[in-house]
Amino acid sequence: MGSDVLRQQDPPYSSGELHVLAVDDSYVDRKVIERLLKISSFKVTVVESGTRALEYLGLDGQKKSSIGFESVKVNMIMTDYSMPGMTGYELLKKIKESSIFREIPVVIMSSENILTRIDRCLEEGAEEFLLKPVKLADVKRLKEVIVKGEGKESGGERESHKKRKRSEDCSELPSTPCSSVSCPCDPSSSSPSALSSKKYRLLAEVEQ
Amino acid sequence: MDRNQSHRQLAAMKQSLFDQGYLDEQFIQLEELQDDANPHFAEEIVTLYFRDSSRFISNLDQAMERNPLDFGKLDSIMHQFKGSSSSIGAQKVKAECTLFREYCAAENAEGCMRSFQQLKKEYAVLRKKLETYFQLAK
Repeated sequence: MGSDVLRQQDPPYSSGELHVLAVDDSYVDRKVIERLLKISSFKVTVVESGTRALEYLGLDGQKKSSIGFESVKVNMIMTDYSMPGMTGYELLKKIKESSIFREIPVVIMSSENILTRIDRCLEEGAEEFLLKPVKLADVKRLKEVIVKGEGKESGGERESHKKRKRSEDCSELPSTPCSSVSCPCDPSSSSPSALSSKKYRLLAEVEQ
Repeated sequence: MDRNQSHRQLAAMKQSLFDQGYLDEQFIQLEELQDDANPHFAEEIVTLYFRDSSRFISNLDQAMERNPLDFGKLDSIMHQFKGSSSSIGAQKVKAECTLFREYCAAENAEGCMRSFQQLKKEYAVLRKKLETYFQLAK
């Protein structure tokens, strides 16, 4: 703050590769997600825990020298949900609490399709909740989302773009009622229809 | 002629691995991540899986010696094992992991022991089959 040199994230759409930070405690899964991302032309950094992720992002509360400190540039964070120590959900919260990184899309990956878990993550501001094993199609879809998001100049525009996209999704869904327990009424977060559209898409995927 | 023959053998073996349920779609996903620069990605991941998961097996072996069984701990190890197995498309192994976890949830020690034995068998069979498969693929 003040005289500390904390650079704003430069808009990356002008500069080529998008950078993803992936977090997973499973060695096999780290290798797979790294490959999925690289093949989709992302630059990738993979770490094995939420703690390491926060260290990498500079959010671990370590004092940084005020001279020449730049926050690392990341366009998306993908994290496993179930990790020892800090869960993906806890990591998500920490990221959303940070003024530097709160706009960065955070994607949660989980092998378990638990509705309350999905809701909780989406309500906390997760961009997407992916069921593992993550597929190439999932990563390609994410890329479209970030690229579109990064193309907007202001945060406000991006937010409304997200809402508009969600309501488009909604219109293609069967009209299943949204449970009042899981849908927040808070207008500042995603609209209820946005959350339920994600939920039903996920459920539909599982039912296949 | 030799090359065509081994191609056919490979295709037949792959088909049978799928037909018999050893592998699922995820294995195909791994093969689709291969390119000229990374032609052996699936094999690399599978090798990694068997190396990494031997640790789960030995942890489970130890934990299964305890009396009484710590079902929470067993479930936690098995959750990780299941995750890795799922990531390589090891369908039968994954199914045994699921079954084991159900026995854990029911605190059924006998069921856990049976399921664990079966899991180790499936794991060994898969390992052998995939070793052969990747040999053929060379």
